[in-house]
Amino acid sequence: MYAHPFSYHRAKSLAEASKLLQQLGDESRVLAGGQSLIPLMKMRLARPTALIDINYVPGLNDIQSHNGELRFGALARHTDIDMSDAAATIPIVHDCAAGIADVQVRNQGTIGGSLAEADPSGDWGATLLTLETSVQCAGPQGERSIKLEEFIKDAYTTVLAHDELVREIIVKKPPRNSGGAYLAFKRSAPVYATVSAAVQLTLEGKDICKDVRIVLGCVGLTAIRAQRAENELRGKKIDGKTIQRAAEAAREAAEPQSDMRGSADYKRTLVAALVKRALAIAVRRARGERVEAGHEYVGR
Amino acid sequence: MSGVEKVSVRIRVNGEPREALVEPRTLLVEFLRENLNLTGTHIGCDTTYCGACTVLLNGRTVKSCTLFAPMADGGEITTVEGLSTDGTLHPVQHAFAECHGLQCGYCTPGLLLSTVHLLNKNAKPTDKQIRKAIAGNTCRCTGYQNILKAIRMASDEMGKR
Repeated sequence: MYAHPFSYHRAKSLAEASKLLQQLGDESRVLAGGQSLIPLMKMRLARPTALIDINYVPGLNDIQSHNGELRFGALARHTDIDMSDAAATIPIVHDCAAGIADVQVRNQGTIGGSLAEADPSGDWGATLLTLETSVQCAGPQGERSIKLEEFIKDAYTTVLAHDELVREIIVKKPPRNSGGAYLAFKRSAPVYATVSAAVQLTLEGKDICKDVRIVLGCVGLTAIRAQRAENELRGKKIDGKTIQRAAEAAREAAEPQSDMRGSADYKRTLVAALVKRALAIAVRRARGERVEAGHEYVGR
Repeated sequence: MSGVEKVSVRIRVNGEPREALVEPRTLLVEFLRENLNLTGTHIGCDTTYCGACTVLLNGRTVKSCTLFAPMADGGEITTVEGLSTDGTLHPVQHAFAECHGLQCGYCTPGLLLSTVHLLNKNAKPTDKQIRKAIAGNTCRCTGYQNILKAIRMASDEMGKR
């Protein structure tokens, strides 16, 4: 399949990319890993007339860990994050990176592209909303830092201006007695998840929930923070009963649509099940246990 | 004709420098098949799902139906044509043949490259790791059991050398 014709421009810096976006107008778009944009263009769901390739901009794929922060360059590939020592220190980040689509897509797709795409079924949005995450953006007036909560505005929509680009994603490391998990339920490896649930939970003592964030993916126009579900846990003892109540509240928070991936009812049931399991894994990890988790599909 | 300016794409393919002037929207897989006449790389679903078009770009597998050719400019590509040396099959190819790791063969070039990529990174993968490594390659004939067998055999044979 051929995309609609476009002119190709290679930027050597983000400043040059921003300038090109201005010059080439509203129908121009940034090309990062291309793993969402290229399929959309081939199906003619997107028809940009110009692409600005930022893959040749140096220094955009660094992954660094210092001062209690992880910093991901916009072009860090999912595979790079999966393999990085830095990401291994935050299990929920590793859960997400290691299971996005399949090996080939992870080798090419980028964290910055995924966030800027703001697909409601994307994995990074739900995962990183459970942590203190900010997006460092570069535009004609210089740089600005935007909290991820404010960065994502709507389905496929961010607050980025047309001539503004993501430069870096900065994630604050959670405290020591904190654990998280990202579970994405997929029909097969290469497809988007049917439902995903991300949880990050901080313990006080052995079983009191000091703080928690619960975020649901694929069941709304953006990833949804399930605040009522969080309230069922915050300041309370974590046991089968409180986890069950949180899972029920998460089910109510979801706003799923029936589609080829499943009916709305089915997705709500999945939400409750995934939140329950993610909470259980998060608690074990907060206690220092090593637990495997991540994307799930038949035949894995 | 689109009237869009063509761009020059230079890639080392299987060790040989190759060059062509193409429309920017040319997919990498079309560049390989149509411009370079390397038809071993197949187009299956053409929607980033099946992995029949998998090639190595700078040592990593990518789906060549999901890259525009200019994105690979300056890079190194290995296709299925680059696996054998002087008429001798690569151990991964040999193992697929020995274990009947294929029937119609359409998905095979992609699976061979995913396997080479896996074994380059991890010479002794577990079954679970093998399954994860080929999750982006769809085979509608074999049921995968003989593919798993072939990958185990390739891992053993390559370990002996």
